[in-house]
Amino acid sequence: MRQKFGRWFIPVAGGLAFIYLLVPIAYIFVFSFNDAGRTNLEWRGFTLDNWKNPCGAPNVCESLVNSLQIGVVATIFATVLGTCVALGLVRYKFKFRNTADLLIILPLATPEVVLGASLLAQFLNLGWELGFSTIVISHIIFCMSFVVVTVRARVSSLDPRLEEAASDLYASPITTFWKVTFPLLLPGIVAAALLSFAMSFDDFIITNFNSGNFSTFPKFIYVSATRGIPAQANVIGSAMFILALVVVVTSQVIAYRRRKALAAR
Amino acid sequence: MTSTVERSRRRKNRGPQDLRSEEELVAERRKGRVGLYLIIPGMAVLALFFAAPVMVLLGMSLYARPPGAEIGEFVPALEFGNYATVVGAYWEVFLRSFLFALIATVAALLIGYPMAYLVAVRLRGRQLMQGILLVLLIAPFFSSFILRTQAWKQILSDEGPVVTVLRAIAILPADGHLTATAFAVVCGLTYNFLPFMMLPIYANLDRLDTNLLEASGDLYASPLTTFFKVTLPLSMPGVFAGTLLTFIPAAGDYVNAALLGNNRDTAMIGQIIDSRFFKVVDYPGASALSFILMVLILALVMIYIKRFGTKELF
Amino acid sequence: MTTTSTIKDEARPKASSGADLHLANVTKRFSDFTAVDDLTLTVPSGTFFALLGPSGCGKTTTLRMIAGLEQPTSGTISIGGKDVTKLPSFQRQVNTVFQSYALFPHMTVLDNVAFGLKRKRVGDSVARAKAALEMVELQHLAARKPMQLSGGQQQRVALARALVNRPAVLLLDEPLGALDMKLRRQMQVELKSIQTEVGLTFIHVTHDQEEAMTMADTVAVMNKGKIEQMGAPRDLYELPRTAFVANFLGKSNLMPGSVTEDLGNAVAVDVAGHRLVMPKDRAVSHSGAAVVGVRPEKMRVLNLSDEYSPSANMLTGTVLDASFTGVSTEYLVEVPGIGTLATFSQNMGQAPARRGDTVRMTWEPDFSFGLDGSAKTTEGQDAV
Repeated sequence: MRQKFGRWFIPVAGGLAFIYLLVPIAYIFVFSFNDAGRTNLEWRGFTLDNWKNPCGAPNVCESLVNSLQIGVVATIFATVLGTCVALGLVRYKFKFRNTADLLIILPLATPEVVLGASLLAQFLNLGWELGFSTIVISHIIFCMSFVVVTVRARVSSLDPRLEEAASDLYASPITTFWKVTFPLLLPGIVAAALLSFAMSFDDFIITNFNSGNFSTFPKFIYVSATRGIPAQANVIGSAMFILALVVVVTSQVIAYRRRKALAAR
Repeated sequence: MTSTVERSRRRKNRGPQDLRSEEELVAERRKGRVGLYLIIPGMAVLALFFAAPVMVLLGMSLYARPPGAEIGEFVPALEFGNYATVVGAYWEVFLRSFLFALIATVAALLIGYPMAYLVAVRLRGRQLMQGILLVLLIAPFFSSFILRTQAWKQILSDEGPVVTVLRAIAILPADGHLTATAFAVVCGLTYNFLPFMMLPIYANLDRLDTNLLEASGDLYASPLTTFFKVTLPLSMPGVFAGTLLTFIPAAGDYVNAALLGNNRDTAMIGQIIDSRFFKVVDYPGASALSFILMVLILALVMIYIKRFGTKELF
Repeated sequence: MTTTSTIKDEARPKASSGADLHLANVTKRFSDFTAVDDLTLTVPSGTFFALLGPSGCGKTTTLRMIAGLEQPTSGTISIGGKDVTKLPSFQRQVNTVFQSYALFPHMTVLDNVAFGLKRKRVGDSVARAKAALEMVELQHLAARKPMQLSGGQQQRVALARALVNRPAVLLLDEPLGALDMKLRRQMQVELKSIQTEVGLTFIHVTHDQEEAMTMADTVAVMNKGKIEQMGAPRDLYELPRTAFVANFLGKSNLMPGSVTEDLGNAVAVDVAGHRLVMPKDRAVSHSGAAVVGVRPEKMRVLNLSDEYSPSANMLTGTVLDASFTGVSTEYLVEVPGIGTLATFSQNMGQAPARRGDTVRMTWEPDFSFGLDGSAKTTEGQDAV
């Protein structure tokens, strides 16, 4: 009896959890076809109009473009800075190592409101105008810590003998880095960058503190929520979800096929 | 992705003849200025836009409002009374925020662990299936969490399917609600931070040596005993990281409370900080609240680390 | 095809490409631990040289200093007469077969092998790499990733990757450590034949005494950062000069006593009341305290009624344990005043002695060897 319980419990519980995770997505997707008018609260009939004209509602596409731009810029900075820090921390000796470690970990242990509020206080203090650049800076901070943590794990699991082998085979330190170290870290760096982009794209709280009048996609939805979110937002939400799914699944399938083909040889 | 086999072989191959510890081996290579150049830019950014802002926040929390000043006008001071004022006014909200976050963390653990186990252990070797499920976990990020929270609000609304069914089978009284309740807020928190719980546990279980489970079974442990005596203890670092990564943002969140809660008995501290900043324009009060929140969370995290801690926190 | 055969020949380093390796007073200290202690060593060109020792003896550190992966604290290293002490590893004409193989997991087998040639900007690097893979009979796996190969195959790729560069000195760091017994034997033979064929200087680090003895022309036994004894495998085995070598390289029975008589070209030693004779040219000291040693297989096990040569050394004892292994029977014999000695008796059809039997053990004095009287008789027994 117990054996059987264990066998079906995990797939059923795990499966239900995934369904729980995807229910709102399904809802968003279905309501992207709603002939909604101004408020997309109840079902009024099927239409493709929203998909044909995703920028139909005012400001929806502008805020999307803003979010994408912020995501890309913040991700690039966070990934480059974070990767360098991860390499430096694992491979070199410092006096202030513990301080550096603390400075990396603390943003992860700080709630977003506090991060947002403190940055706002700083920007007010410096007299900076809130907008694109202040949002990017705030995103770099919380993304960078994630990048450092992710890439650092990868660096420390890297076998130092591989770099020694490269050096033994006449590769200078710079060649060793680009031919051996970097390619081996790349999967970790890419994963960190994707995570950064996702977190930046989806961030609301920190952005809300540091954006002034500048609109991002999550902020647009939050602000519209009181009046009713236009169906076009559902279209964009669904499209982004499907796009992410297609990109990653395709790369997974390609990698899977390649593995199979290699294994078959 | 590094497989268990690869990792264990690497360990084995390090060989017994090398007396020096891992530390010494690594320490040998940590020389020169390069390391400093590598970390300085990142550290500078963190110092300028994390450490300094927290100090500014601390300073601002002690500002005073001179008598007769306009709204939003404050002068630097050492007004410790700000702390007493906000604690007196909002201690209940703090308590509630931590309680909600705690319940959501436990719920996310109960939901996230089977998910992680399913993907990491049951589907081991089926890489395509694993990949697809992991993508399904990350992809919702791209459809905006506010949109999803708003979707929950509508799904759980009085006209929505869930309430209709629950009323029909009399679990919910005829005039009962789901939205604008503490229940909805906790559900939203659980939902939104589930991936942060699941991913670290997955990463840990992915390295679990399934031979250990067989060994445990061989030594007369039932599957349930094996789980509680072998699997769970081994996956504690993942559970540990997951609970922190869920609890910390949940305690400071205000989107769920704002969208799924009501104004009376579900307010969370994030909401208060936000409104103190933007609606009331009470910068010292908001700063004091932020600082208290930060210190409380750090204190809780420290206690948690001391009590259950693994060294490899994140 | 003539073309392939020429490439193949080219890929094989010429016998002349090996070079003398010389270490002079090399010391390496890690904070408070001295890994290598004032080591001086010359390895002539074209030899198969083994550094043998237990874990922590400093052999791997020595190898890493030769490779340039570690800087000596003091002393100099020269290859072919040229001082390379300060030269970084990527500028040294030395290649290493790492213990873990350290194959680049993100590159194909062919790219791994061609890596060194590409760094040196050798024109036909791919053709040469292919030829090197042919030499280790792995040309059909050129497009695979290292993870898809078996341990033995990975080992051969690592060998090809190092050999293809025609290094002045090839370093092997426990290269067979991760292989199972059968594959080890096979690779030992292969490695030896490749070395004979290419004529390079091979320096092989190992803790396996059998492996060192089968493969190397010269074996240096290292202990605590110093070389205890160096020589041809047979010489080391037959005439160990220290207790460590006697115990680490095979087994020995070591019996401390004191010299009582000078017999011209031999001396007699009193060991707990027994008179044992050893030749002077096999003894470290000829007077005072001395340790008499004999290898177990050099002794004969006799019943009390059996006859034996009067000139032979003889000890009487009680059998503590007798284990039959097929080819031989191994005995542990307790000799009063001396302790437990180990010995073999080859299976010639005779009835073996049983536990509790009293037996005689005899051996020709010429098989005895003498160590310094202060030698610790157990040193090196448990070393691995």
